[in-house]
Amino acid sequence: MTVTSTIPLSYWLILSSALFSLGIYGFLTRRNAIGILISIEILVNSTVLNFILFDRYGLVPKIEGEVMGLLVIALAACEVVILFAILLALFRHKMSVNVTKLTDLKG
Amino acid sequence: MTPQLSFFLENAWIVPALSLTAFILNGLFVKNINQKATGVLALSLVGASALFSYKIAFDYFSLSTTGEHLAIVPVDMEWLSYLPMMKAKMGTLLDPISVMMLVVVTTVSSLVHLFSIGYMTGEDGYGRYFSYLPFFTFNMLGLVLAPNIVQMFVFWELVGLSSFLLIGYYYQKPSAVSASKKAFIVTRFADLGFVIGILLLGYLGYTSKLPLNEGASILDFAVINSAEFISMFSEIDSGVFGLSILGLALILVYMGAAGKSAMFPLHIWLPDAMEGPTPVSALIHAATMVVAGVYLTARLFPAFSGAASALEVVAFVGTFTSLFAAIIACTQDDIKRVLAFSTLSQLGYLMMALGVASVSVPLGFTASMFHLFTHAFFKAALFLCAGTLIHAVHSNSIWDMGGLRKKMPITHMAFLIATLAIAGIPPFSGFFSKDEVLAAAVHGHRPVIAAVSYLVAGLTAFYMFRIYFVTFFGKAKSENAIKAHEASISMTLPLIILSIFTLGAGFIPMNSLIGLQPLTQHGIDYMVAVPATLIGVFGIFMAYLFYIKKPNLARTTSQKLGKFYLAAKNKFYFDEMYLFVTKKIIFNIISESFAWFDRHVVDRTMNIIGSSTVGLGAIFSKMQTGFLQLYANIFIIAVLVVFYILIFQHI
Repeated sequence: MTVTSTIPLSYWLILSSALFSLGIYGFLTRRNAIGILISIEILVNSTVLNFILFDRYGLVPKIEGEVMGLLVIALAACEVVILFAILLALFRHKMSVNVTKLTDLKG
Repeated sequence: MTPQLSFFLENAWIVPALSLTAFILNGLFVKNINQKATGVLALSLVGASALFSYKIAFDYFSLSTTGEHLAIVPVDMEWLSYLPMMKAKMGTLLDPISVMMLVVVTTVSSLVHLFSIGYMTGEDGYGRYFSYLPFFTFNMLGLVLAPNIVQMFVFWELVGLSSFLLIGYYYQKPSAVSASKKAFIVTRFADLGFVIGILLLGYLGYTSKLPLNEGASILDFAVINSAEFISMFSEIDSGVFGLSILGLALILVYMGAAGKSAMFPLHIWLPDAMEGPTPVSALIHAATMVVAGVYLTARLFPAFSGAASALEVVAFVGTFTSLFAAIIACTQDDIKRVLAFSTLSQLGYLMMALGVASVSVPLGFTASMFHLFTHAFFKAALFLCAGTLIHAVHSNSIWDMGGLRKKMPITHMAFLIATLAIAGIPPFSGFFSKDEVLAAAVHGHRPVIAAVSYLVAGLTAFYMFRIYFVTFFGKAKSENAIKAHEASISMTLPLIILSIFTLGAGFIPMNSLIGLQPLTQHGIDYMVAVPATLIGVFGIFMAYLFYIKKPNLARTTSQKLGKFYLAAKNKFYFDEMYLFVTKKIIFNIISESFAWFDRHVVDRTMNIIGSSTVGLGAIFSKMQTGFLQLYANIFIIAVLVVFYILIFQHI
C-alpha cells in the first residue's frame, strides 16, 4: 500500500500533540470524575492516532499499527466500564463525584 | 565363639519396650478413659518385663560355664552417622552388670508399681502418675542396656526428665516445684561435664585412628574400654592439674556421674527430691536412678583404672560423701530425709569401692556392684516402709510416730529386716555386700578409706536404728499415730517380697557372676567381717541407749556437741552456701550486670530502631494528601523530568 494522503506527517503530529495536551489539561483541571474520564479518553485516542501515523508514514507501511489502535480502543472501552462502575459505587456512597472532596486516603 | 543366643537374649529390647508401651497407652488413652485402669495396666506390663528380665538373667548366666561372662550386643542399630568411625547407635548390651541392673530395675519398679496402686489411691492425677512411672522405667532400662556412651547420655537425660516430672508430681505445692527444679538444674549442671567428657572422648577416639571392626564406633563402651585406647591416652599430659588426657576426660564424665549419684558437692538435690511421692523416692531416688552414676563409672571402669588419678577422685569423693551424709543422717527428723542421707552415704560407699579397685585387683568392682544390688532391695524396702508409715501417720517426722510395732506388724518386720541389712548384721544381705566393700578397702591398702568406711558402718547402724526405735517403740506421739493401722495388701505385699529379697540377696554368689575376670571364691573374710559386725552392733546399742534406755542422753549429747550438732542438723549449711553463691554472687553481680546490659544496650538499640521507623513512617505519610490531581501533577512532572533527562542524554 502506498501513501495516498498528501497531508504531511507533521500536521498529524501537531494534531496528536494538541489532543494529548488537551487531555492532560482536562485531567488536571476537571473537578468532576466524569470529566476526568473523558480527558483520559482523549489522551488515549491521541496515542492511538500516533500508532496509526507512524505505521502509515513509516519506511515500509504495514497494518500492525492500525491493529494496535483497535486493540487500544477495545481496552479503553473496558476501562471505561470498570471506572464507571467504581464511580457509581462511589456516588452512591458519597453522593458526589467531585474528586477534590474525595480525600479519604490522606495520610 | 558366640554360642546360639536364646530368644530372650536376642530380644532384650522388649524389656524397655514393654514399659514404653505402658507409658504411651496410659499417657495417651487410658488416662482419659479410666484412671483406675492405668495402675493395673502399668503394673502388668512392667511386671511382664520383670519376668522377661529374669529369664534373660537365667539364660545369660547359663551361657558360660567357665565363670567368664562375655559382653554380647544382640541389637546395635545405626541412628546418626557422623563419620564411618563415629556413629551414634541404639542397641542393647548384655554383660553381667547390665543384666544385674535389668533385674534390679524391673523388680523394684514392678514392686513400686504395686505399692503405688495402694499408696496413690484417691490422689489427683493418678493416671498421670502411672504414665510417668513406666516412662521412668523405660528410660532407666534404656540407660542400663546402652552399648555406647551416646545412648547412655540420651537416656541419662531422660531419666533426669522423668525424675523432674515425678518430684514435681504435687505441682501445686511450691516446695515440690522448687525441689524438682533444683534436682533438674543441679543434675543438668553436672551433665555439662558429662557432655564435654563425651566430646573429649570422641575427639580422642577420632585422633587415635584405631582400627575398628565393621560397624563399630569410637563411642562404643567396648572401644573406650579397650586396652589400645587406654594405653594410647593414659600417658599424654593434658596440661590441667597434671592429669593425663584420658584422666581429664573421665573426670569430666565422672562429674555427670557425681551429679546423678548425688556425690558431694552436688548432693544438695537428693534430700529435696523427697518432696515427690514416697514410692517415687523408693524407685528413683534410692534404688535405680541415683545408682546410674555408679553404673556409668562401673561401665567405664577399665578406662578409669587406666587413669589412676581419676579413680583416686572417685574413691575420695565417695569416701567423703559417705561420711558426710552419715553424720547428717544422724540428726534429721524427717524419716524420708534420714533415708535420703542414708542413700547418699551408701552411694558414697559404692563409689568408694569402685575407686579402690583396679583391673588387677577387681574386688572393689564386684563389691560395688554387689552392694548396689543388695542396697537397691533393702533401701527400696525402707522407703516403702516409710511410705506406709507416712500413709498411716500423715506426717514425715519421726517424732510424730512411735509405738507402731504392734499396730503395723508387717511394716515393722519389713523395716526391721531392711534396717538389719543396712546395718550389716549377718545373715542379712547387707552384711555380705558390705563385707566385700570393706574388704576391698582394707585389701586395697587404703588405711584412711578403710577407717572411714568402718566409721560409716557404725554410723549407719546408729542412725537407722535411731529411726527404727523412735518410730516403732515407745509411746505414740501424735493423734494419728494412736489411730494408725496396717496398710492394704497392695502396699504390704511389696514389703513382704522385698524383705524376702533382702534376706536372700546376700546368698547370691556375686563373685562368680560379676567381675572383670573370674575371681577366686572370696567368701567371708573374718578379719574384716567380725570388726564390721561388732561396730554395727555397737551402733545399734548406742541407738538403743540414746532413744530407748535414756532418752535424756540424746538431748544432753546433742547439747554438748553444740555447734557441730547444729551444723549437721542444718546439713552443714550447704544449701545456704549454694543460695549465697547463686543469689548473692551469680544473681547480684553477674546476672544483674548482664540484665543491665540487656535492658539498656540491647533493648534500647532495638527500641531506637523501632521508634525511628515509626517516626519516618509518620513523616512519609504526610505526603499522602488524598488529592487525586496533586498525585497526577507530581506524576506528570516526574515523567517530564525523566523525558528531559532521556532526551538530553541522547543528544
